Amino acid sequence: MVFYHFGRYILFLKSMFFKPEKFHVYVQRTFLEMKNIGIGSLVIVAIIAVFQGAVSTLQIAYQLISPLVSKPTIGSIVSDSTMLEFAPTITCLVLAGKVGSHIASEIGTMRVSEQIDALEVMGINSAGFLALPKIVAGVIMIPLLIIISIFLGNVGGILAGHFSTILTPNEYIEGARSSFLTFNLWFSLIKSFTFAFIITTVSCYQGYYCSGGALEVGSSSTKAVVYSAVLVLFSDYLLAQLLLK
Amino acid sequence: MIELINLNKSFNGIEVLNNISVVFEPGKTNLVIGASGSGKSVLMKCMVGLERPDSGHIFYDGRDFTALEHHEMREVRREIGMLFQGTALFDSLSVEENVGFPLKMFTALSLSERLDRVNFCLKRVNLEGINTKYPAEISGGMKKRVGIARAIALDIKYLFCDEPNSGLDPITSRVIDNLIKEITEEFNITTIINSHDMKTVFEIGDKVVFIHNGEKWWDGTKSDVRNSNNEELQKFLDASYL
Repeated sequence: MVFYHFGRYILFLKSMFFKPEKFHVYVQRTFLEMKNIGIGSLVIVAIIAVFQGAVSTLQIAYQLISPLVSKPTIGSIVSDSTMLEFAPTITCLVLAGKVGSHIASEIGTMRVSEQIDALEVMGINSAGFLALPKIVAGVIMIPLLIIISIFLGNVGGILAGHFSTILTPNEYIEGARSSFLTFNLWFSLIKSFTFAFIITTVSCYQGYYCSGGALEVGSSSTKAVVYSAVLVLFSDYLLAQLLLK
Repeated sequence: MIELINLNKSFNGIEVLNNISVVFEPGKTNLVIGASGSGKSVLMKCMVGLERPDSGHIFYDGRDFTALEHHEMREVRREIGMLFQGTALFDSLSVEENVGFPLKMFTALSLSERLDRVNFCLKRVNLEGINTKYPAEISGGMKKRVGIARAIALDIKYLFCDEPNSGLDPITSRVIDNLIKEITEEFNITTIINSHDMKTVFEIGDKVVFIHNGEKWWDGTKSDVRNSNNEELQKFLDASYL
């Protein structure tokens, strides 16, 4: 069963890459999806990032505060863990829920109401027309959201340190700068590209092959979220194992 | 002209279409009738390429549709218009955008030229002044007419209608039936209608094909229907109280 779905998933991806009927229509749809995925997710990503940074700072301070540990160390740990793990992984898990369920239910509803059949009968490559703009938009916008998330995570950390008087903004920034490695940022971006591809393709696949009625659309939406989240976590481990040596 | 030769289709070992051979002539309304579950919808899906037949051939004016690869089928499909049972209008697009969608995808017409064609098609199906409405905002009969307008937006050669008057009141049903008949004759297209409404048969059917348990049991003209000695067809007719 796993191999059946994997094979069909690969064929689904392959079926998207035929010559588009009208290239500019695909570009328009991609911009629309970029707005939906990017702008539409900005608020939730910002809220999560700020609170994740703030809570991380307070918890690390609680565990590490001691005369033997310098205060900038807290900033160093929070900024590194935000960049390496919290921003890409936590944000993408949330996006798997928000963006993934939206994509799967949208395409699934089109499937059960015969709108995909209508596209096919017109002679349009329905997989390419519906899924490709979403995948391209996701792969562009999700890494941008992750960069914003890294920045706001650090802002949250600075604010929490400042208001709780644990460490000053200067101490936080000093710590963050001392441990900053360009590779960490690249690693974070590689993760976000991978996660974005997983979330969008798995959700499109689940929606596209949905059959039945409202119940099945709900089920495909749930599967899209669960499978995307599991695959994000699995690839998170795989990438850490491969790239962090 | 559409010609089916020895068409077979089964799902999980259950035979749904069995050796169906039939010719549908251009400029005529061809009705495929039969009880629910008789295989009409599967037959139509095979004809438009939404299902692959297990064996047999479908010829569109001599072109073997069943021998084509999926992407090659798209060339033939651009000559096909289809009215779905549930209309299958795109929810996120307005009436105008729905009708103009095939034009946007397959023609090089400018926006104003597209709009002219959209207005022509909407006028042809007696719908005007609803361009900006969304499918959720119009009635079932209007949706069907928008579906027809979308189907004829391009210069099609073949029109497929799956249960065009299901869920409609008798008056609107007649309006839709007559509209399909008029369009078929006006544009000289090959029209195939799936129906179990015998009123439609007697109103607009030029050729009638009766499907029973996945097999073609009878075909002829509407005037032959009453005189047919086919037992199942007569049962079907009796049950319609006509």
